[in-house]
Amino acid sequence: MSTPFYVSPQQAMADRAEYARKGIARGRSVVVLTYADGIVFVAENTSRALHKVSEIYDKIAFAAVGRYNEFENLRIGGVRYADLRGYSYDRADVTARGLANVYAQTLGTIFSSVGEKPYEVELIVAEVGRTDADDQIYRLTPDGSVVDEKNAVVVGGNADSIGSYLGQRHRAGLSLAEALKLAVDGLARDPNGGSPRTMTPEQLEVAVLDRKRPQQRKFKRILGGQLARLLSGDESAAAEDGNDEGADTE
Amino acid sequence: MEANLSGTGRLPAAFLTPGSSSFLDFLDSHAPQLLPGRRPLPEGMTVEAPHGTTIVSAVFDGGVVLAGDRRATMGNVIAQRDIEKVFPADEYSAVGIAGTAGLAVEMVRLFQLELEHYEKIEGTVLSFEGKANRLTTMIRSNLAMAMQGLAVVPVFAGYDLDLGRGRIFTYDVTGGRSEERAGFAATGSGSVFARGSMKKLYRDGLTGEQAATLAVQALYDAADDDSATGGPDLARKIFPIVTLITEDGFRRLTEDEVSEIAVSITDQRREHPNGPQAPLL
Repeated sequence: MSTPFYVSPQQAMADRAEYARKGIARGRSVVVLTYADGIVFVAENTSRALHKVSEIYDKIAFAAVGRYNEFENLRIGGVRYADLRGYSYDRADVTARGLANVYAQTLGTIFSSVGEKPYEVELIVAEVGRTDADDQIYRLTPDGSVVDEKNAVVVGGNADSIGSYLGQRHRAGLSLAEALKLAVDGLARDPNGGSPRTMTPEQLEVAVLDRKRPQQRKFKRILGGQLARLLSGDESAAAEDGNDEGADTE
Repeated sequence: MEANLSGTGRLPAAFLTPGSSSFLDFLDSHAPQLLPGRRPLPEGMTVEAPHGTTIVSAVFDGGVVLAGDRRATMGNVIAQRDIEKVFPADEYSAVGIAGTAGLAVEMVRLFQLELEHYEKIEGTVLSFEGKANRLTTMIRSNLAMAMQGLAVVPVFAGYDLDLGRGRIFTYDVTGGRSEERAGFAATGSGSVFARGSMKKLYRDGLTGEQAATLAVQALYDAADDDSATGGPDLARKIFPIVTLITEDGFRRLTEDEVSEIAVSITDQRREHPNGPQAPLL
């Protein structure tokens, strides 16, 4: 019979945190920025079907990095939670804060339970408000901590270097095209100080929570032609709200 | 009910279990008491609840119109004069309901959520047939209550993006679904009269505005002969709800637009109480 050996709680938690952090660091980053009309999500993602950014509810969106099956599971749980809550009470009673708390509890319980391996995910839950002062962005780490963020947030591999780059350059009231350009510049940077990569629209997954959108559901993907025009700095493309492209679905 | 986050406050296992993309299925397994059909009445009991009445729908070039009157009745009493019976189901479809008002509204709410939930989980919308079939399932689950007088009979209309045209599905209380290929449909207590009216007025190649006028004419005729259907209420400024669904999505006509149609029809009916006349041959 093998003898169980003692590991101090500190060491166990540190090991788990290290394990999760390494898993997350392998993935590409996701950037979330506020702009004049809402919140923009930019992820480096060549897949058209496996999303890193998704709609949760009317004004709430979700972005994640890390292990796909784990954050997909959390995303679906979040959609179920939001829909059930909105159905039981009212649509107005579904909030990003509530959702972030549920995610925090879920991640925290998994992180500290001996039987489960910690999730290798980092999440962002964001809610667009009536004005930019009401926008809420929460970042969740694998251990279940919630960080209330402002303006610009990055999760994933090079989060620190991109984060400081964005932090210095972000200002209130950016247009969508400006915010998008800033986000892409951040993602394209080489953490080792080399020359930045070139990013094409095909490599990017972009979505917004647009408070100006007349529909109840403020989430909208920015796809294809509209994305290319925005990236090339065409401000007028921001005003498009076509059903043909960039609708809620694809 | 709250999302049952008792204990640690973490999401219950049911929330994180991979499974169906259907919100109905999720409710059925996790919180069945929230489903409308899950509240059986005692044997032989009937409940008198407000009933909604006439819904009409017609296909036109590039879309479909779905309209409903505003009256809810309880026996011979007008229970409500401004009830809404036509709702958007999603961006490209709408549902109009006749039958027990409370249940019908609940069913619509759940149906909207079902479509939205699927769309969010799957990242794509259900096919038009798929949406129509989900509604079948929901009506079927209400059969026990329908047998006791609490029926819900919807009309489902929308723009089929794959086929590029408007389509209408009607249902019976058992969930039997049929596509209306004649181009128009009506349901509810005044539907007999509305259908007769549309049969005479409907033709191919209508524009959206013409189809909206047709729908209001049919509702007028239904209200004319069915006491449970409300006509345009000029004194209170309560007009039918008229919605158009086209390639551009769902649009409910504004009160001004509907009032303009309703007033011109009412004016014309002062001269010809039976409405426009079709040639004998």
